Amino acid sequence: MCDGHNHSHPTHTHTTTRVPVAEQILSANDRIAQRNHSLLHQKKVYGINIMASPGAGKTSVLLKTLEALKGRLRLGVIEGDPAGSIDTERALAAGMPAVQINTGGECHLDAVMMEDALSQLPLDDLDLVVVENVGNLICPANFRLGTHLNLVIASIPEGDDKPYKYPGMYMGMQALIINKIDLLPYVPFDMEYFHQGVEVLNPGIATFPLSCRTGEGLDAWADWLVEQARAEIIPR
Amino acid sequence: MHELSVTQSILDIVLQHAKGRKVQQVNLVIGQFSSIVDDSVQFYWDIIAKETLAAEAKLHFERIPGEMTCNSCGHVFHPGSETFLCPSCESNAVRVSGGQEFQVDSIDVE
Repeated sequence: MCDGHNHSHPTHTHTTTRVPVAEQILSANDRIAQRNHSLLHQKKVYGINIMASPGAGKTSVLLKTLEALKGRLRLGVIEGDPAGSIDTERALAAGMPAVQINTGGECHLDAVMMEDALSQLPLDDLDLVVVENVGNLICPANFRLGTHLNLVIASIPEGDDKPYKYPGMYMGMQALIINKIDLLPYVPFDMEYFHQGVEVLNPGIATFPLSCRTGEGLDAWADWLVEQARAEIIPR
Repeated sequence: MHELSVTQSILDIVLQHAKGRKVQQVNLVIGQFSSIVDDSVQFYWDIIAKETLAAEAKLHFERIPGEMTCNSCGHVFHPGSETFLCPSCESNAVRVSGGQEFQVDSIDVE
């Protein structure tokens, strides 16, 4: 390619040298994410990063989950939103410590914002921190926060083709909720087609079909989450 | 649009490896499963790299297509956006085998 290639100019000569770099583009974010992870580990707090399209039901799932976990785990919430704090107020109203990150129009949270939010939570008094990422199926996938679990919430009205359209998001998760299953009789959604795509991108992923409206499937999800969190935060 | 943060990260890496030399080209390797828009990265680059040693650098994107391998028949293929079924034997027992690259491969400096 350009190695040793000379560009001749009337007055001087430049030699181009190729310098190998081979560095992941988001390595700086990943390093801070690792630091966040160590902090959570040290404080014995389990972290979840919730990612989904706008309208998939992140806040509903969050509030229902918090309700289901009441008395079992001590919870804190980090809310990422391009602007405003409606969701944070809802979390505070539900009685738990909540921190709002206004991303100022950014499409995702990153590890630095996460680090700042963690510093504002009473981690010593918590067992679980739930992060509600910005509603978006593309950008948050690239930016690790340092949580133990990356959760994607799909929903029936979004359609069954999302794994095929947003493979990056479906590859990077460790659990999947399929929300609004009460709408299955009314919306064309081929569950088998959806599952086939997910299975290719993320074989064996823990999947929880549920409805925040009817409550169906919520217990299975909450029980699984408690089990995951306890396995991580209770010293063996 | 996460391209601004991505572009900032690329610039940080580039300047660190340039060690005071002028950067002519940045060679990036981006897999199809790592969504990023070339044009907007170059657009942000022209703004944020101003007054740095990488101000005039051209960004070169090597695109790696998404690749899947069939566990049943071993066929390697580039998946479409509507199905991941193996085009050879129609099995759905396939796995992602390439296209997740997202790195600064090298830089060309003076």
